[in-house]
Amino acid sequence: MNSTCILKNISYRARYMWRRNVDVSLVTWKTNVIPPLIEPVLYILAFGIGLGAYVQKISSDGRAYDYLTFLAPGMIAVGVMFHATFDTMYGAFVRLRYQKTFDAVITTPLSAEDILVGEILSGATKGLFAGAAILLIVTLFGLASYPSSLIILPLSALAGLMFASFGLLFAAMAPYIDNLNLPIFLFINPMFLFSGTFFPLDGMPGWVKLAANFLPLTHFVNITRAAAFGRLNPWLFLDLLYMLVLTAGVAYLAVYKMKTRLIK
Amino acid sequence: MPPVIKAVDLRKNYGELRAVDGIDFEIERGECFGLLGPNGAGKTTTVKMLTCALPLSGGDITVEGLSVNEDPRGVKYLLGVCPQEINLDPDFSVLKNLIVYSRYFDIPYSEAKKRADGLINRFHLHDKLDRPIEDLSGGLKKRLLMARALINKPKVLVLDEPTTGLDPQSRRQIWEEVRGMKKNGLTTLLTTHYIEEAELLCDRLVIIDSGKIIEHGTPGQLISKHLEGKGNLEDVFLKLTGKNLRDE
Ligand SMILES: Nc1ncnc2c1ncn2[C@@H]1O[C@H](COP(=O)(O)OP(=O)(O)OP(=O)(O)O)[C@@H](O)[C@H]1O
Ligand SMILES: [Mg+2]
Repeated sequence: MNSTCILKNISYRARYMWRRNVDVSLVTWKTNVIPPLIEPVLYILAFGIGLGAYVQKISSDGRAYDYLTFLAPGMIAVGVMFHATFDTMYGAFVRLRYQKTFDAVITTPLSAEDILVGEILSGATKGLFAGAAILLIVTLFGLASYPSSLIILPLSALAGLMFASFGLLFAAMAPYIDNLNLPIFLFINPMFLFSGTFFPLDGMPGWVKLAANFLPLTHFVNITRAAAFGRLNPWLFLDLLYMLVLTAGVAYLAVYKMKTRLIK
Repeated sequence: MPPVIKAVDLRKNYGELRAVDGIDFEIERGECFGLLGPNGAGKTTTVKMLTCALPLSGGDITVEGLSVNEDPRGVKYLLGVCPQEINLDPDFSVLKNLIVYSRYFDIPYSEAKKRADGLINRFHLHDKLDRPIEDLSGGLKKRLLMARALINKPKVLVLDEPTTGLDPQSRRQIWEEVRGMKKNGLTTLLTTHYIEEAELLCDRLVIIDSGKIIEHGTPGQLISKHLEGKGNLEDVFLKLTGKNLRDE
């Protein structure tokens, strides 16, 4: 199973797996649509209005913002991360290992690679949907400037691919579903806290800033915040490049690992 | 005419265990070919290699001249697979299971719906059309699996223990279906450890044990060879495998 093999085995049929998962989400659409719309409202209430009342203006890139404005783009990024990662980490884990979905589909013209790429695509779709829903709420609260904020949509799709790939990789490496607590503890939660989502990294010690730059969410937050503030700049291209390279690498690794896991 | 399926020195190792240990067989067009063997003989392993769900450790199988090693996709378009383990999609209803599955074969919706309606009638699934899979009885699940296997109008139907765990009525229903399809000229590979099933449905069969073919022929040939024509296939089977295979 060499590298050319994996790429060669991916075909348009991946979209059938994607469609299958989207169809399931549509059957249970209420549980999929409502959380991404309600969650940001809760965040806005708790952190923006509750905590924000005690927080002075936050300065970021030499300008002062009130806390809610600062927080809003971080919420979008966190939402995309959670929805995309969890869809593949738990959803694909259950589908592929417990529900026998894989066993059924592998004897149809889909290859293992088609199935796994389809899983990443549907995880990314969940991420994109969450990003769009939160952006909508944030926009209604007047916390996003346009047209620059429109870039958050394709960016959420890319971040969705990135986090769905991470989720699939974790699912591939975990022997049991309980083992998935580990990547949440070691990876997801640190990103949630230290990617510049809730506070700017500017004031942190140098080593924290350095470490934060290795976290994928940091780069997604950087671009999302600049877009929401209407302050996009060419330096952000580096963040984008980081996301693109990481996404390709992790997606490849996730498909490879999961395939060796499923086909023996 | 060349055989529809040809297996040559087929092998599968799980570590030290030789689950399938060099078997050869050919299946002619329109025939129902049986793989008969006790639990753990290697029937499902053979089926999984044929259906491209497992990579081969050695040898080759071709379907209509296409090799599972070289063109698994091509092979899979030709097969209708009814697995031993029920793997219907638990997230969908009966009808949706058929529709979603047909998509994997590039069948457009309108055509899929037409085929699904036909199969639903044929396999008496209409009462449960919108029910989730978990609400179905074992017999109904097997019938739906069989209907699903036919949705792509396969060249070869692969049935891995289609009647295990079914009551006599449901079993009879499946037998009727298999015979009907045979009349229509569908080539079928059937695995079973029910001797009567093999005797009733199979034109030719091989008996496998511990991954090896230990005997082959028509049911009649096997009986006359081993029992001088007296007794039935079950006696042959027990004589050859030395085991009681009724695990139910
Ligand atoms: N994934 C696996 N890893 C290791 N050994 C396996 C695996 N799958 C099957 N085996 C072993 O391979 C042998 C053949 O199994 P197989 O499932 O093909 O038998 P079978 O003839 O289908 O039996 P049954 O009638 O019980 O369905 C058995 O000894 C089984 O334990
Ligand atoms: Mg079996």
